Amino acid sequence: MYDVLIIGGGITGAAAAFQLSKYKLNIAVLERENDVAMGATKANSAILHAGYDPKPGTLMARLNVRGVELAKGLCQRLDVPYRSCGSFVLALSEEDRAKVEELYRRGVENGVPGLQLLTGEEARSLEPNLASETVCALHAPTAAICSPWEFCLALMETAVRNGAELHLNTAVTGLSPIGGAGAEGAGGASPSPTGQGGWTVHTDRGELQARFVVNAAGVEADAIHDMAAPHDFTITPSRGEYYLLDKSEGARVGRVIFQAPSKLGKGVLVAPTVHGNLIVGPNATPVKGNDTSTTGEGLRSVGDAARRSVPSVNLRESIRNFSGVRANTDRGDFILREAAPGFIDLAGICSPGLSAAPAIGEYAVELLGKAGLTLEEKTDFICERKRIRFKELSPVEKAALVEKEPSYGRVICRCETVTQGEILAALHGPIPPCSVDGVKRRVNAGMGRCQGGFCAPRVVELLSRELGLSPGEIPQDQSGSWLLKVETKGGHRDV
Amino acid sequence: MYDLIVIGGGPAGLAAAQSAWEKGLKKILIVERDKELGGILNQCIHNGFGLHHFKEELTGPEYAGRFVKLLSETGVEVRLDTMVLELTPDKRVHMVGKATGYRVEEAKAIVLAMGCRERTRGAISIPGTRPAGIFTAGAAQRYVNMEGWLPGKRVVILGSGDIGLIMARRMTLEGAKVLACVEVMPYSGGLNRNIVQCLQDFDIPLYLSHTVTDIRGRDRVEQVVVSKVDKNRAPIPGTEMVFDCDTLLLSVGLIPENELTRQAGIGMDRRTNGAVVYENMETSIPGVFACGNVCHVHDLVDFVTAESQRAGEAAARYVLEGEAGQEGCLEVKNGDGVTYTVPQRIRPEQVESFCDLFFRVNRVCRNSEILVISGETLIARFQREHLAPGEMERVTLPRVLLDKAQGEITVSVREVEA
Repeated sequence: MYDVLIIGGGITGAAAAFQLSKYKLNIAVLERENDVAMGATKANSAILHAGYDPKPGTLMARLNVRGVELAKGLCQRLDVPYRSCGSFVLALSEEDRAKVEELYRRGVENGVPGLQLLTGEEARSLEPNLASETVCALHAPTAAICSPWEFCLALMETAVRNGAELHLNTAVTGLSPIGGAGAEGAGGASPSPTGQGGWTVHTDRGELQARFVVNAAGVEADAIHDMAAPHDFTITPSRGEYYLLDKSEGARVGRVIFQAPSKLGKGVLVAPTVHGNLIVGPNATPVKGNDTSTTGEGLRSVGDAARRSVPSVNLRESIRNFSGVRANTDRGDFILREAAPGFIDLAGICSPGLSAAPAIGEYAVELLGKAGLTLEEKTDFICERKRIRFKELSPVEKAALVEKEPSYGRVICRCETVTQGEILAALHGPIPPCSVDGVKRRVNAGMGRCQGGFCAPRVVELLSRELGLSPGEIPQDQSGSWLLKVETKGGHRDV
Repeated sequence: MYDLIVIGGGPAGLAAAQSAWEKGLKKILIVERDKELGGILNQCIHNGFGLHHFKEELTGPEYAGRFVKLLSETGVEVRLDTMVLELTPDKRVHMVGKATGYRVEEAKAIVLAMGCRERTRGAISIPGTRPAGIFTAGAAQRYVNMEGWLPGKRVVILGSGDIGLIMARRMTLEGAKVLACVEVMPYSGGLNRNIVQCLQDFDIPLYLSHTVTDIRGRDRVEQVVVSKVDKNRAPIPGTEMVFDCDTLLLSVGLIPENELTRQAGIGMDRRTNGAVVYENMETSIPGVFACGNVCHVHDLVDFVTAESQRAGEAAARYVLEGEAGQEGCLEVKNGDGVTYTVPQRIRPEQVESFCDLFFRVNRVCRNSEILVISGETLIARFQREHLAPGEMERVTLPRVLLDKAQGEITVSVREVEA
């Protein structure tokens, strides 16, 4: 029996696993996809918000501010790309001015350090590409950017190195309290929440038992909740569409540029990424389930909105479009609580979920402690991670590395200068990738302007060799996303 | 110190190195990132190469093979599986390879011959889901011809560039069903012979003035929606056709790979996406030359070869005779109907007897005149029965005519009554 089972391998589940792996506990994470960071974690603005946005007094406000503070140290120790760049919220009209000033007051109340109101002129002197309509701007120096999927990977890898188990390709189908009113399958009768004796977690790969269950299932968190406790919240997914622009646009702005918020949320931002690109988006469209498609109309609206704050942004330099789905709820706050005995919800983690994640992890430990989990700290907890990024080394370091390990001398991804050595290291890491995009999330191969056009065949070759699989068995991303149909030599009569 | 370092061992780099050797350079190095010379020709196993240069029809690997053989009889040094990471303005080349490690080599002259890459889905922002099964045509060609894998069985091709057309035929021959080739422009972007031999011969419909407006499927492509577009290339609602397919190939343009060029601070032309070059393919840094698809995208490898030979010869002259003078340099401007020209600058003093000027037009034209004008003076006039954006044009300007020009010349196209 596990002490804690965490459902969901996104940033929230990873942060919880990381925090829990500091203690002498038997823990496991269940993820239905073939990798971690497969939901909103890999498709968001990659911003660590300063914390002026959430309503004062909410968990969101408190954990946002605490989360970004923790993230800074964690990204450093776990070698996650992170840049403290600060953010602006622009008022593009006199009406916006009041909203921006309101954010300033909120921020002060939430304890956000260093906030400043700038005149339009001051803002433009720091960011010359801002619209001339900018009348004032809120400057938040503690806002930062990071690589969200690498943050998630780093947290989960560290948890795994500290003894946590990760069960990929494992979908939860039901939860039933041990010693309760009998096993519950998915869609079964309303459960009787008497989980004092722990929970049986039913999955498509068999049953597991745990004393405590943590629900970090993102867009599916309401469905998981309903397996353990009476229905009392609903996730109302909201999709945001993005452009990712080439590095030639990467210096268009140096900070995260928001517009004054509207009913629809924080609005479209223009921001640098830690990888040197420019990100533009998101809009907000209600969708059913995990619908991550993009639309012509949505992308147009994102482009139009972005040009209002940064008129010179060049969308012709687009290298990729994507969308992510926010796990919004009908509540105005994160839903973090013991929902049934031994069953903890970490639900409704919409923006600023990435920013708050490390603090949500801490809070999960606190909730579990209150619920009766014994927390005894390990003395041998590993809290560091390092990976070689060939591109970032100096010529002298590059030369020394290739001499020691020649596989770092073979460049696989030419756009991002990623070497075979880095891919092999990922394949022998704590959570080896099994897909082309899994390699991309770990080492950036295929992330550049040619989008894997040149390196994907090489990556497929390395994956198939190292995993002992046929190239035809290597997916692009999630399982089912097959890349290659049949070998060319052989019969093809069935078309 | 090398006389010449050639960056890229595809058709451009091979021809440039060969010519530089013939013109007397002794210490030449070709740096190639792949495991063999030949570049993209190695995956172009179809025929049609060499009609101009060798006066016979060869496959891509055969065409490359001829040059590799010629080079093997010279003292040109080749470093394979080696990637150039940086080129400095003082001609130091940083490179890394598994066998040779990290090296910095110096040269008196450089030829840039890095070729080009394909535009992707992201570059043209096709909406829809993001499943597997969307490949650039060249990537699919690599899987089929080099890796021995067919990426899918029911295929739609967006774009009628030559690689897309070639892949329509290739996938069909391998047993896939190619349902349609879709082109947003009212004319094809590929060579006419490829339209005939790769689409018409296999009854593959070509939809001009159409584009892909939606991609469906969670894990793998399941459907592609194609819509007609108006004259501004905007999709017309109500014209949607749905194709059940598992693969979408993209043949929507090539972009010269000029990251090293930009890094070195070499002047670029926004229209070609390549370096601005003089009549001898020299860039804004004296002694650095660019040729082939890294300079501008060609239709035929034979023309790449011819251009690269000029670059190689010029590199040799630079090393052996010194820097060229800049007197009387002419700017070449794009007039009506012309999208770009190469070269963008001509130094008449450097032109021995004549100078070839390459350009593309921005529309399909019948019975036209190509006018070369300097100020008020008509320098030259050429007749053409047919011009198309998919086919690179060339006019040859004799030195005596260039001497009449002052400051700049403008190339334009004018349609005339039949």
